[in-house]
Amino acid sequence: MPVLDVTKNLDALTLTVTAEFAADPERVWRLYEDPRRLERWWGPPGYPATFLRHELRPGGGSHYFMRGPEGDEHHGVWSVVDVDAPRAFTVDDAFADAAGTPNTALPTMRLAITLTAGGAGTVLTSVSTFASAEALQQTLDMGIEEGLRGAMAQIDGILAEESA
Amino acid sequence: MVVDFTVGQADVDRVFHALADATRRDILTRVIGEEQSVSALARRYAMSLPAVQKHVGVLESAGLVQKLRRGREARVSAELERIRLVRELLDRYEQLWRHRVVAMDHLLTDRPAK
Repeated sequence: MPVLDVTKNLDALTLTVTAEFAADPERVWRLYEDPRRLERWWGPPGYPATFLRHELRPGGGSHYFMRGPEGDEHHGVWSVVDVDAPRAFTVDDAFADAAGTPNTALPTMRLAITLTAGGAGTVLTSVSTFASAEALQQTLDMGIEEGLRGAMAQIDGILAEESA
Repeated sequence: MVVDFTVGQADVDRVFHALADATRRDILTRVIGEEQSVSALARRYAMSLPAVQKHVGVLESAGLVQKLRRGREARVSAELERIRLVRELLDRYEQLWRHRVVAMDHLLTDRPAK
């Protein structure tokens, strides 16, 4: 299993994930930088993500949506806080409408990613900070639980496509 | 008795607000171990009895503890189901990340499907 460690801090509302991949940081970075690669793993199972706009550079941003099993679309936007390719980036993730306009009434989540050469190749550290419990609840309400049941099927699908 | 675990966002915010204070976390830890009287709790902190009562009140309105009256004593006990629910929220987010890491790993390694 590539997940090394998951640390939850109930008080600070953070979730820190540390994982190790048998690939160099440049290859792991491309999973984030290339929207076609990113959308193959970002959405929860059953909620595939589509990135309509994706610019992982200072001042850049992204607009994506995840489509649920009922055809429901959940839009989000990233606002890039800083980028140090291929080592680190920080984005603010906000809920948005279909036009990609952030919903300022809802809180954002900050996502900080760090890639370090080491271990089997690259150590990924991902820190998600929720502005409030409400933001956490909304992220979870996006159908993650039922979606997880299809996790293995989705991974198999990616693999079949990769080897085709 | 059937317990309804469905919580609204206002409830969730009250829970996190309640946990955002060191004294309240300490009170909660103590009552998880064993039911305590409010006066026994108050003796453990360098603050007045009303101040401790206020902290207990915040925990109570978040549904994390229950206050019971036993004769002259106000007792505080932990609401374990609600505490589990908070953990569960972050657990579900953890599952999402575990899924992502596995999907990333498969994309990177081109591992054949089994």
